[in-house]
Amino acid sequence: MSVNLDLSFLHDTERGAASTKYRDEALQGVSNSVHASNFTAPAVEDFDAFQREVINYVKPAHGTTTLGFIFEHGIVIAVDSRASQGPYISSQTVKKVIEINPFLLGTMAGGAADCQFWQRNLGIQCRLHELENGKRITVRAASKLLANTLYSYKGRGLSMGTMIAGWDLNGPGLYYVDSEGTRLKGQRFSVGSGSLFAYGVLDQGYRWDLSVKEACELGRRAIYHATFRDAFSGGTVSVYHVGKNGWTKVTGDDVGELHFHYYPSEKIDEDSLGGLGKKEAEERAAAEATAMET
Amino acid sequence: MNQNGSAIIAMVGKDCVAIASDLRLGINQNQTTAVDYSKLHKIHDKLWLGLTGLIADQLTLAQKLRFKHDMYELRENRVMSPKVFASVVSTTLYEKRFQPYYTEPVVAGLDKDGKPYITSMDLIGADASADDFVVAGDNVESLFGVCESFYRKDLEPDELFNVIGNCLNAGVNRDCLSGWGGIVTLITKDGPITRTLKNRMD
Repeated sequence: MSVNLDLSFLHDTERGAASTKYRDEALQGVSNSVHASNFTAPAVEDFDAFQREVINYVKPAHGTTTLGFIFEHGIVIAVDSRASQGPYISSQTVKKVIEINPFLLGTMAGGAADCQFWQRNLGIQCRLHELENGKRITVRAASKLLANTLYSYKGRGLSMGTMIAGWDLNGPGLYYVDSEGTRLKGQRFSVGSGSLFAYGVLDQGYRWDLSVKEACELGRRAIYHATFRDAFSGGTVSVYHVGKNGWTKVTGDDVGELHFHYYPSEKIDEDSLGGLGKKEAEERAAAEATAMET
Repeated sequence: MNQNGSAIIAMVGKDCVAIASDLRLGINQNQTTAVDYSKLHKIHDKLWLGLTGLIADQLTLAQKLRFKHDMYELRENRVMSPKVFASVVSTTLYEKRFQPYYTEPVVAGLDKDGKPYITSMDLIGADASADDFVVAGDNVESLFGVCESFYRKDLEPDELFNVIGNCLNAGVNRDCLSGWGGIVTLITKDGPITRTLKNRMD
């Protein structure tokens, strides 16, 4: 038995030179401001007080439910699409899955701008890695790049709770990365204000040997139940599947219709309504009639 | 006013009034605990009270006001007119001037001549009656917006039902804390008709 390792990229000088050229070209196109070290702290004496003041202008859109899990046939990622500012719904059509490249997905919870910007930034870093090394970045490395970036901003008010999911030479990979600097590898994650509701459904229905169809339905159902119970989640449920050939978007359903798909004949019993309903009125009338007789 | 989540609209039509409420009851802000919880309270056949705000205070106030109404009915041998009832609500709220009930009421009804009356109040009883519509709840901006757009004068009962229902549904769809279906009561000279509304459940 012979072991065949492709180490040609180490020796192929022409290819190495070409990749350096591509890299330099790519770097020229990338604004320097994209790099972590270029964001300067505001020139104020009391940074915490200043941050408390500006947080009112850059309020994070916090209501969210996202989930991801690994199973026998890859990874399922499912998210809602609501953005809220306090109790106000500012959008029902937010894209919370960020397609970093054909093999990597990121999810969005916390500050919308923070997530969008830094995952795009991660996309750039991953592409540069690809050009430099002539092969795709691993999920482990990609999540580490993001975690390092976020850690360098720790304490400066970034707000992100994200999952990085993808397929590399080690198979499926799923990492949780947040703006506190946490980076966790895992089989199952749910992030956001509705995450506990989603975990309830997810943990109950999860099995390693789920089929792709079953797994996507589990993800959809978990997010649907989270949108139902959690005030700050809603809109549409998007489901992605990551397999060895990269990710595909599987479904996107409006929760307004999905609820009546899951519970078609839901009818509200008027007698059970709060306030003085029909039943109470009848009881009251009966009581009055008795009082009249005596 | 956004402890439990609520949205209420009352509208005047031609010889009729309608009052509508959402059906959500939430706790801890984000947790939806019930989706069949009407905030409308029947006082008598031609008078309804809608209460927004803190659920505990809604219930306390509703019991207190029903007690006052029923005592009046027994004493005077007639039911309260909407105007009189609104005054009772107002003074009852002002009694707690320095430690108010956290609830904003809406009163809607027909008086004995069949004339429509609607009013809404703040939590210490400043009433603001109107001849078109009133709104209350934790997302009054959105509710006002749709009502201003779709309300017309002298709507027939079935038209009024459509307008108020659509206004409620459209209004709560911009609010995280209210919605999950609605309920509308239409009061005409022939008595009340109550119907439930379907809406997004998120």
